[in-house]
Amino acid sequence: MAKRVTLKINNRQHDIEIDDPEMPLLYALRDEIGLNNPRFGCGLGQCGACTVHIDGRTARSCSISVSAVEGLEITTLHGLGTPEKPHPLQIAWIEEQVNQCGYCINGWIMEGAALLARNPKPTEKEARAAFSTLICRCGTHNAALRAVMRVSNQA
Amino acid sequence: MNEPSHILANLHRRAFLNGAGALVVGLASHDAWAQTPSAASPNNPAMLATKLDSYLAIKADGTVDVFYGAIDGGQGLATSIAQMVAEELDVDFARIVMVMGDSARTLNMGGASGATGVSRRGVMLMSMAADARRILVERAADKLGAAVEKLGVEDGVVFLKAEPARRVSFAELIGDRSFGSDVKWNGQWGNAHSANGMASVKKPSEYKVVGKSFRRADLARKVFGQQDFPGDIKLPGMLHARMVRPPVAGAVPVTVDESSIGQIPDARLVRVKDLIAVVAAKEWNAIRALRALKVAWSTSIPNFPDHDRIHDHIRSAAVTQRTIERENGDVEDGLRSAARILSAEYEYPTHSHASMGPACGIADVRDDGVTIYTSTQKPHYAADGVADLLGVPREKVRAIWMYGTGSYGRNDQGDATADAAVLSKALGAPVRVQWMRQEALGWDPKGTAAVNRLRAGLDANGEVIAYELISKAFSRENVATNEGRAAATLAGQLLGFPLEPKNTFNIPFASYTFPHNRVGWETIAPLMDRASPLRSTHLRDPYGPPILFGSESFMDEIAVEAGMDPVEFRLKYLKHPRDIEAVKIAAEKAGWTPRVSPRNDIDRSSEVLEGRGIAFRRHFDTFIGVVVEVRVHRKTGVVEPTRIVCAHDCGLIVNPETLKHVIERQLVYGTGRTTVEELTWDQEKVTSVDWISYPVLHMEHVPPKIEVHLIDRPEAAPSGAAEMALGLVPAAMGNAVFDATGVRLRRVPFTASRVKAALDRA
Repeated sequence: MAKRVTLKINNRQHDIEIDDPEMPLLYALRDEIGLNNPRFGCGLGQCGACTVHIDGRTARSCSISVSAVEGLEITTLHGLGTPEKPHPLQIAWIEEQVNQCGYCINGWIMEGAALLARNPKPTEKEARAAFSTLICRCGTHNAALRAVMRVSNQA
Repeated sequence: MNEPSHILANLHRRAFLNGAGALVVGLASHDAWAQTPSAASPNNPAMLATKLDSYLAIKADGTVDVFYGAIDGGQGLATSIAQMVAEELDVDFARIVMVMGDSARTLNMGGASGATGVSRRGVMLMSMAADARRILVERAADKLGAAVEKLGVEDGVVFLKAEPARRVSFAELIGDRSFGSDVKWNGQWGNAHSANGMASVKKPSEYKVVGKSFRRADLARKVFGQQDFPGDIKLPGMLHARMVRPPVAGAVPVTVDESSIGQIPDARLVRVKDLIAVVAAKEWNAIRALRALKVAWSTSIPNFPDHDRIHDHIRSAAVTQRTIERENGDVEDGLRSAARILSAEYEYPTHSHASMGPACGIADVRDDGVTIYTSTQKPHYAADGVADLLGVPREKVRAIWMYGTGSYGRNDQGDATADAAVLSKALGAPVRVQWMRQEALGWDPKGTAAVNRLRAGLDANGEVIAYELISKAFSRENVATNEGRAAATLAGQLLGFPLEPKNTFNIPFASYTFPHNRVGWETIAPLMDRASPLRSTHLRDPYGPPILFGSESFMDEIAVEAGMDPVEFRLKYLKHPRDIEAVKIAAEKAGWTPRVSPRNDIDRSSEVLEGRGIAFRRHFDTFIGVVVEVRVHRKTGVVEPTRIVCAHDCGLIVNPETLKHVIERQLVYGTGRTTVEELTWDQEKVTSVDWISYPVLHMEHVPPKIEVHLIDRPEAAPSGAAEMALGLVPAAMGNAVFDATGVRLRRVPFTASRVKAALDRA
């Protein structure tokens, strides 16, 4: 049975109709709302490509159901920053020319931004820990670290 | 797709150049795939390889379309190509728009392959740009009533040097119109495609754009989540599909219970011969249907040999083809006369492409034509393959390439696109096929395992007089390196197309010279011939790491036997100055202290042992030396690479920053393939199907220090860089472990348990 749910995403309310309350948030974001920045990488919570912030903390949207996040504040990469109003980490990402293919980029920036929100001046060790469960198949790990440290050093 | 390098130009012009101090914070929203015209460029309907118009076009707004019949796999190639064209055309970099991988707008230049984007296609497009500039200057000469020699060109404006106010722009001369002029085409397609113009190109000393670190236009879009990948496309009426794969390799559906998905809204079953899939209007419903569908499968007994004993299988399997690639002297004679003989075998595992994103392909099959949206690295061939698969004329199929997950070889992208084509035809609707994670690892085409047999003979003075390397493996082309034929795709194999396997492997070039020398390869039959989850094809640097692990590790073994430092030993047998310099610079930058390995200046019973190793290769005209430093944890067997130093000579450097990034990133990737990656399977199926069972490198195991030293040779042709350095990581790391511990690792990956066992045996 179709059910209506209301999601609060990037400071906007979205009413959507879902067939299955267990549908992961990822499919609501991509399919229903058209926010493509969270990507499907594994569907198992193992890679981080689908990362969003829920009430300020990172979560893997492939492994959390839509019904579990009703009423919570959801932020995607698009809500984090735009070309007009970029997040400092997005600027650092460009300055360091971090990415190659960019499929994983969403998870790394969202994870890095969450770290900087709770700790504006992280050490390299803390940044490594924040990135410890993310996957990047292009090998941009050290460049991502440099981007976080660039922001940290400016704090 | 279009790749306007001026995408950031609405901001600060200087921001293109790194270090210029300007902040790059903006980008235009961009849906190039939707903007591309439905057919070939209006001023070039024929798309002839003999016409300059097929390579570039000057637009009325002053921008320049470059028709690049290949792709940028995410390493920033488009930026370098744009620089090369801007250089020869004398227009600002910001005016260049890269049109890439669209089979209706670009010629088949092969796709990503062998790191030849700059060295072949970039160099060719420089010639095309120089020819365009020549023609435009000649026309300007007519218009301005002055001799060609009296004219200068700056940012697409031709002017009289003595009287700069007299000027005419490229756009005024030809904007949106055809050149109509001929170029010399070599008659080949794909990688072999080449063309030349009449104009001569600039001398490297004249370069203003080539050699500078322009920034990547795609990267900012990706940072803001504004770069569409195939998975982001939504076509009207598009259905989401999931492929239904058998639980046992080789099994085919006998009966399918469609009622098992009856409760899921809109979900439908599609079956075409042995290919089955579920589709739904909403993606999540397709996934639910995949999980709910009940299928009775035929009995299949693949009887795969234990993955852990795959090298025994390779050793004992009948040889299907043996090719000696290079031979001089008589190795058997040389070995007979040797005072000492060394022999060893080195084993390399099977790897998955294990792309970050599982494949996603979209197909829209209509009566009047077929469109596929794909991030395969060879889109023109993907269009060929879909035409073959569907039995439609090739000219009715258009492949639109899009940026996507890094494929690094022939990964699963083309297979998903072929799946989508079959389903779209069956359903009469556009179909988006998204592979699942377990499918991407379990069913992508694989990089083959290999066993390298090595022998060397030294005379009484320790001189190497005989050397032999024979690498035995599955063919690197159980399926072709592109999807250009139906039989090369999983869908085509399920539909019964006759197979077209090739028996082929290769040996990387080696510069060492020995009096008696023989290198060659042997292939064996595939474990399963049709629709195999273990079918082999190209994985990044296809025969590099599997063989160089053996050859460059063994080179160190010979050095030990000869009582020489590994660097000194290599330099003794290398002759080419660029070989020598790559080794010397790598060693020097690493702070290499000469010694015979293993080191004897440490307490071997310490908990942690440190060592360093080197490896070298020449690949075409790219010369690379890599030094790896490791800490070996004796108790656990953990090999911790702490530093990698790379000296890299690929001739002319187009974009130093991008090049450094390309090398640094591949050294990280190579570390993963050396330390953790290994495909596993049981008798029936692949068992490493997620990021736990197929481990890849995570942050904590990435070498914290990676130093890339570029050797710039503007006078030498550019020779490619996108994959060659990674192949040196296994041997350099293994050599470092030996230096630290005195234990020789002969099997990749260097997992803790395997290293611990090797240390315990010693």
